[in-house]
Amino acid sequence: MTMIEVVDLHKSFNNHEVLRGISLKVEKGQILALIGGSGNGKSVLLKHIIGLAKADRGNVLIDNQDINKLKGMSLKRLKERLGIVFQGGALFDSLTVFDNVAFPLREKTKMKYSQIHEIVMQELASVGLSGSENKYPAEISGGMKKRVALARCLVMKPEIILFDEPTTGLDPLIGKAIHKLIRSCQQRLNLTAIIVTHEIPAIFSVVDRVAMLYNGKIIAEGTPKDMEESSDPVIHQFIHGELSGPISTQ
Amino acid sequence: MNPVFAPFKITGSFVTKFIRELGGMGCFLAVSLFWMVFPPYLIRRVVKQINFIGVKTVLVIVLTGSFTGMVLALQIYYVLVKFGADASLGPVVALSLIKELGPVICALMVTGRAGSALTAEIGIMRITEQIDAIDAMALNPYKYLVVPNLLAGIISLPVLNAFFVVLGVFGGYLVGVGLMDVSSGTYFGGIKDFVDAQDVLEGLYKSLSFGVLITWISCYKGYFAGYGAEGVSKATTQSVVLSSVVILVWDYFITSILVS
Repeated sequence: MTMIEVVDLHKSFNNHEVLRGISLKVEKGQILALIGGSGNGKSVLLKHIIGLAKADRGNVLIDNQDINKLKGMSLKRLKERLGIVFQGGALFDSLTVFDNVAFPLREKTKMKYSQIHEIVMQELASVGLSGSENKYPAEISGGMKKRVALARCLVMKPEIILFDEPTTGLDPLIGKAIHKLIRSCQQRLNLTAIIVTHEIPAIFSVVDRVAMLYNGKIIAEGTPKDMEESSDPVIHQFIHGELSGPISTQ
Repeated sequence: MNPVFAPFKITGSFVTKFIRELGGMGCFLAVSLFWMVFPPYLIRRVVKQINFIGVKTVLVIVLTGSFTGMVLALQIYYVLVKFGADASLGPVVALSLIKELGPVICALMVTGRAGSALTAEIGIMRITEQIDAIDAMALNPYKYLVVPNLLAGIISLPVLNAFFVVLGVFGGYLVGVGLMDVSSGTYFGGIKDFVDAQDVLEGLYKSLSFGVLITWISCYKGYFAGYGAEGVSKATTQSVVLSSVVILVWDYFITSILVS
């Protein structure tokens, strides 16, 4: 069953075409890694999928519903099925870790404090952050911020989570721990996920499929093994991090 | 491009940008007012913002209000003496504060203390994707960030204005009665005779409208702040300058409406 379908998506900023007809499918319960050079529009694509940006042309279908055509309550209901972990975490810096995770529950449900407390503590424990609930985002490390952002996302039990570079700037061990955490959450909740990442090949052990974005288009999609064995010079150069090849490093 | 057309192009682009900005601000206010009417009503956030915009500005208002009244009494007293009208010190000080100086100086103080901070706070939330995070949670950022500030501005400004005027009148009393030869009865008796409810209402209308203007401009500039620290700093400067100018311009227009 297709959970996310992007059809011929186009987007320009100031006459610069960033997305030039993206088409992509993600099946339910699958994790897809979206790879590609910096500035190729991966984060822009995520913002379209979650409904934070409007496409110039094309459609984004979430469980067969076009997110760009929905309004009011139906858009709200659809958005409630989605979650996103932003690159910097996007935590509310004036709130503690506990309040950050509790924020969507307080604002969107009528749960009592005791229930919220229990869910938040449970979710913080599941991401390995027990004992950090009274700290402010400025007092915790980058890896912890990403875990808090994930916990904030998970409390609302979304069906789809989008990760924007969840391990960028973290050391390899914490990066690996975050990857493992994403996998375990996916298995626990049968999530569908898209991970925008540059962590190659580390991400290949976590995801089911990989899509590569180049020059505003998806140039290849397949299993991690397919990508690793690809003879396409662009994919080969990118995955193996070679300086010479069709991708300009200037 | 033909140099003959260059001035037209520059003027045209400036005018287009100005109209677009004005339209954007108008739409921003309209959307915010729309969401102000519909539930959920975030009372706790409104109270928090009243504390931020109103309560935390009280000390500034106490100082500026009392010293404005004192200097006003000092200046006006010597002018009135020349005309033998020093008994009118009380009503002149009170009317100046109630109708003009109170609302305007109070609004300028709130702009400097709270308006700039609001723009910076919302601007930082914009560049660190916190506003996107609210949106992604299927919550309405206008409802969470703009509406509570607008309401807090509407509630706080008249109250701060009242503080300002009362302290200003007492400041004038200290100078007029304490240092000059005006008697206490003449000072307050004159105020009682010459200040009526219409004057107080005029000040109230002004401070209400200034409350909307300050929070509207501050939130708008923060909400659409540019990228990085420079974007936020630029937005904050623009917010303070624009709010201050608009307060003075709007003051003229609202006064001409109210006096007619």
